[in-house]
Amino acid sequence: MTDTLSLPNSLRSQPDASGHFGAFGGRYVAETLMPLILELEKVYKTAKADPAFDAEFAELLRSYVGRPNPLYYAGRLTEALRAKAPAGKGAKIYLKREELNHTGAHKINNCIGQALLARRMGKKKVIAETGAGQHGVATATVAALFGMECKIFMGAKDVERQKPNVFRMKLLGAEVIPVHSGSSTLKDSMNDALRYWVSNVHDTFYIIGTAAGPHPYPELVRDFQSIIGKETRAQIMEAEGRLPDMLIAPVGGGSNAIGLFHPFLDDPEVAMIGVEAAGEGLDGKHAASLAGGVSGILHGNRTYLLQDEDGQITEAHSISAGLDYPGIGPEHSWLHEIGRVQYMPIKDEEALTSFQTLSKLEGIIPALESAHAVAAAEQIAPTLNADKIIVINLSGRGDKDIFTVADALGVEM
Amino acid sequence: MDRLASRFAACKAQGRAALITFVTAGDPDVASTPAILDALVAGGADIIELGMPFTDPMADGPAIELANLRSLGSGTKTKHIFALAADFRARHADTPIVLMGYANPMLIRGADWFADQCKAAGVDGVICVDIPPEEDAEIGPALRAAGVHLIRLATPTTDAARLPAVLDGASGFLYHVSVAGITGKQSAAQANIEIAVDKLKAATDLPVAVGFGVRGPEQAAAIGRIADGVVVGSAIVDIIGSHGDAAAPFVQDFVATLRDALHIRETAA
Repeated sequence: MTDTLSLPNSLRSQPDASGHFGAFGGRYVAETLMPLILELEKVYKTAKADPAFDAEFAELLRSYVGRPNPLYYAGRLTEALRAKAPAGKGAKIYLKREELNHTGAHKINNCIGQALLARRMGKKKVIAETGAGQHGVATATVAALFGMECKIFMGAKDVERQKPNVFRMKLLGAEVIPVHSGSSTLKDSMNDALRYWVSNVHDTFYIIGTAAGPHPYPELVRDFQSIIGKETRAQIMEAEGRLPDMLIAPVGGGSNAIGLFHPFLDDPEVAMIGVEAAGEGLDGKHAASLAGGVSGILHGNRTYLLQDEDGQITEAHSISAGLDYPGIGPEHSWLHEIGRVQYMPIKDEEALTSFQTLSKLEGIIPALESAHAVAAAEQIAPTLNADKIIVINLSGRGDKDIFTVADALGVEM
Repeated sequence: MDRLASRFAACKAQGRAALITFVTAGDPDVASTPAILDALVAGGADIIELGMPFTDPMADGPAIELANLRSLGSGTKTKHIFALAADFRARHADTPIVLMGYANPMLIRGADWFADQCKAAGVDGVICVDIPPEEDAEIGPALRAAGVHLIRLATPTTDAARLPAVLDGASGFLYHVSVAGITGKQSAAQANIEIAVDKLKAATDLPVAVGFGVRGPEQAAAIGRIADGVVVGSAIVDIIGSHGDAAAPFVQDFVATLRDALHIRETAA
């Protein structure tokens, strides 16, 4: 545990110069990739200080992604939970509508930012890993927008499970490469993307989909996703005249969560809950790296990982392909250790129930990832006073998940 | 002089490059590994690179990735790897062993634990693929304190500005990764290898070994004319993949062809 007395004045000043968030993060990559990683760091520093970069990013978020998206008061969900809560209890629930973005999730924010960096570095080819296909679709989209060649690495199992997204990526002009190694899921697609990258480092930019990987990726992905928290801050001030009492977001790698949380880290009155995928339960197959993992090194960073006593990575499981990863972004590991953010496990079945609840009560079909956050809110809101305010990050829409959900509910389509 | 330095010096005295052979520990299983290691030595290997299997070998191509999966699938644990190394040391007092692998299995019990195990098992050096000089503090100080070499990698992307950082803290030998890529896939052009080795030798007194994509005797001989060591991995691992627990004699025959090729320098020179 980090000594709280030695914490920096601001929790928003991480990572340090070498890319560490406390004991986590860093640059654990093969020597072949180091020069490129160092160049990316330099290019990003320059871009961050360049108003023209920021202006172009902001303009694309406005005119192409459709930002700002609304902060919506979920009145029927709030009232339904109050009806079951003791008198005077039942917090007010708002939804940050990331699912209304172009391509249907928060992923596009980051892809636009990284494509702008790729262009600055003169790279005309981009690659990405994808699990359910959301990040793959977002990457293929920006590749089309910027006229870049695009290869998407996707586990063979996921290619089979997510046919509509595979076709979307192909329509957008990307080549989808099925990955047969290992467990043929997200972790293996990341391994193969790294293998391709190390072999094509001279002309290829790797658009990493979450706030993980070697420094400076966790930092720059967080910065690009921080638009979520910045908008939320302004919108809740307008709606309520004050900051929320609690933020809730799902965490796989954790990019939507860190994007929402980061602008609020220095506001001690704002509690934060990251929701991990507990799969079949923490004593069974799950993907909760903080609840069930220990610190280790994988995919370029030190962070909490699901692993055995020899440091072999164990297979993650979640009904949500986007959370089906044995690690988590390093900044979350740090925020967990210092206690600034609480992390809570939610099981497949709980997420499935909330998937249906939100659909029926609010007319919004959430992504299974986001349904984990809704499930956490359903448990927490009735314990808080009715004058409290919760913001849930509705990170994506659930259209992609209808087949999985139908299957889990035993419905023939 | 330690085992690695003595071995490179002995090869140099014979007018040839050292033959460094890689196999994955526990491939296809722990019981078969001692015979395979002995076959490497009998075939003429000068230095043994023993791979520590990992579930996610991101720098390796299909051949070594499959070897990792075969090993883990047959139940290889870290304790078995150190036992294999210690037994090898008991049988072969002078042949250096270098452990090669990834940071997570090496560091899971702490760097000091790992360094102590290496020392106790008679391991001479460690190559950790995903610890660049920037993260040296994770493993470098512990290995140096235990007297185990940390062998650094230089690649085609390591330019003149970066090379000093790679050499700072490097010991044992310098491993030149001849292609920007993964193990066992493409091979580098001989001309490029020569330019790279010249640059590295100008910058360090450490022996320079060349690996990645060295698949057969002819190529080994060509590289052996300019480098202090030649590393062959995937081509041997493929033989183990084909022959399984009966691989030892085939491995020995193949290694002998590599070793014979390295002798050509004497007559050619």
